[in-house]
Amino acid sequence: MSKLLLITFDGGAEGHQLAGFAQKLGLPFDVLCISGEAPTEIGAARVLNAGLAEVPPADALAEGLKSLVAGYSHIAGLSNMRSKDVLARLAGLIEAGMVTDVIGLQSPTSFTRPMVAGSVIATVEVLAEPVILTVRPAGFPADPVSGSSPVESVTLAASGQAQRISVTARGGARPDLSQARVVVSGGRPLGDAETFERVIGGFADALGGAAGATRAAVDSGIAANELQVGQTGKIVAPELYIAAGISGSTQHMAGIKDSKLIVAINKDPDAPIFEFADLGLVGDLFEVIPEIRAKLSV
Amino acid sequence: MKILVPLKRVIDPYAKVKPLGDGSGLDLSGIKFDINPFDEIAVEEAVRMKEKDGSHEIIVVSIGTSDSEEQLRKALAIGADRAILIETEHIYDSLGIAHELEAVVRAESPDLVLMGKQATDDDNNQAGQMLAARLGWPQATFASKVEAAGTRLQVTRETDSGEEVLELPLPSLVTADLRLNEPRYIALPGIIKARSKPLEKRPASVMSSPKTRTVRYDAPPARAAGRKVSSVDELVAALQEKGAL
Ligand SMILES: Cc1cc2nc3c(=O)[nH]c(=O)nc-3n(C[C@H](O)[C@H](O)[C@H](O)COP(=O)(O)OP(=O)(O)OC[C@H]3O[C@@H](n4cnc5c(N)ncnc54)[C@H](O)[C@@H]3O)c2cc1C
Repeated sequence: MSKLLLITFDGGAEGHQLAGFAQKLGLPFDVLCISGEAPTEIGAARVLNAGLAEVPPADALAEGLKSLVAGYSHIAGLSNMRSKDVLARLAGLIEAGMVTDVIGLQSPTSFTRPMVAGSVIATVEVLAEPVILTVRPAGFPADPVSGSSPVESVTLAASGQAQRISVTARGGARPDLSQARVVVSGGRPLGDAETFERVIGGFADALGGAAGATRAAVDSGIAANELQVGQTGKIVAPELYIAAGISGSTQHMAGIKDSKLIVAINKDPDAPIFEFADLGLVGDLFEVIPEIRAKLSV
Repeated sequence: MKILVPLKRVIDPYAKVKPLGDGSGLDLSGIKFDINPFDEIAVEEAVRMKEKDGSHEIIVVSIGTSDSEEQLRKALAIGADRAILIETEHIYDSLGIAHELEAVVRAESPDLVLMGKQATDDDNNQAGQMLAARLGWPQATFASKVEAAGTRLQVTRETDSGEEVLELPLPSLVTADLRLNEPRYIALPGIIKARSKPLEKRPASVMSSPKTRTVRYDAPPARAAGRKVSSVDELVAALQEKGAL
């Protein structure tokens, strides 16, 4: 029988973000949480908490997941670096096909996903079950459900060869990029990390949003790597995306296409970003951003 | 140490790509091809490791038609020692590629497989992890720094929230992210030298049937045309009107 398992890593938001996909797929589903607790109010048949103290490296985790995913026709997680790391390995272990970055579905065996930096939308047919999916939540809004799911503890035995030596988590007080309602991003002209933090970070804080960056900004040390938005960085889908000093490369646009409203501030009237922006202002970001903040008194 | 670098011939990552009108494929007219940029970073990293320790041997491998010879020659010009082309027209999914590469690894017994985190055409980000799983080797994906220490590797890898350092015993598999290095400019002597390096063709040996198949290629939905505003006042008014603030 067809059945979906949602895999979440540290609980809470991930389960909520995946709920819309589970509803659209229309199969009965369980939700597994590796560390922390999965939400009980998203309509899952069962909530399975493994209760690990931390999320193990991929080799150990995929091995441990192997027995827990047996019997499911569909196994899905959010499309992020952690899911891609672990779930693609799991696919290799259980000989499953995989579809990454699912943005839409026509049936439980037909999914759409972007490829070539979002220039093309591919329809992928699943020819054999089980299949493993990573899902971009923007295309799958969730309906509210009533009732709460029974919770069970499960044992996930994770031992592997890779050893984690250290972890550097940045982030701080700002909302998570991939979930923020407002994202303010800056590109190469921000020049240095201090200016980026003051101009882009400051504006993001004033709007209660997250800060993002282009690859050019990250590569030149202006912004931290986890702020990179685009084909090979984070995918964002905020209500409002403000791009300041960003040319609008295909690779960057691939990460922001699902934004409701894109605002571009660029001093070059011919910058490609203006082809995609809903609202464009030609001007120097170092003058325009303070002016906007003054007008809004933020 | 023996390092195997699998690489893929992909559409030039800077090309503008469109689907064919009937959705049956991509319009490749006038399109150039190159090494997948992440694989090129992997080749570069292997060559840098060799430049530090001359005892390393670097083998590059590609799966596809004879067209991929061009990309293998480029990798040889960067500094790989020899190349293998698994010559086939079989249509693979990522798992099928992992099966085919697994056979190459079993035949060549490298200590390290270093490859790109994703190919910029399919954008799948699967093959490396699947191969590591097939081999039972530990993996470090999204690598931004690789240091060899005896029979172990220390890999700094990018994560959703920052970075982490993993220590892996060899043999192991590492996938390269953008910030691992910046590939060198290939100078003429390297290109000339590459012509005489061995490039061996082998038939595909696994050719497993794919479990997923792309059946249609469409253009993404167009965004409604936007407009330029002429002042900050106008911008703020438009944002307020749309309730975006
Ligand atoms: C394999 C691959 C993957 C990639 N992945 C990504 C990715 O995930 N994300 C990503 O972003 N890029 C990615 N890139 C890089 C991408 O191709 C571009 O190089 C990059 O997005 C450009 O960044 P930028 O817009 O900051 O810089 P630039 O292209 O240099 O643009 C800077 C812009 O700022 C404007 N400007 C300058 N000064 C001012 C000022 N004072 N006020 C206002 N405007 C100003 C200029 O007019 C210009 O338009 C990738 C590339 C490759 C090959």
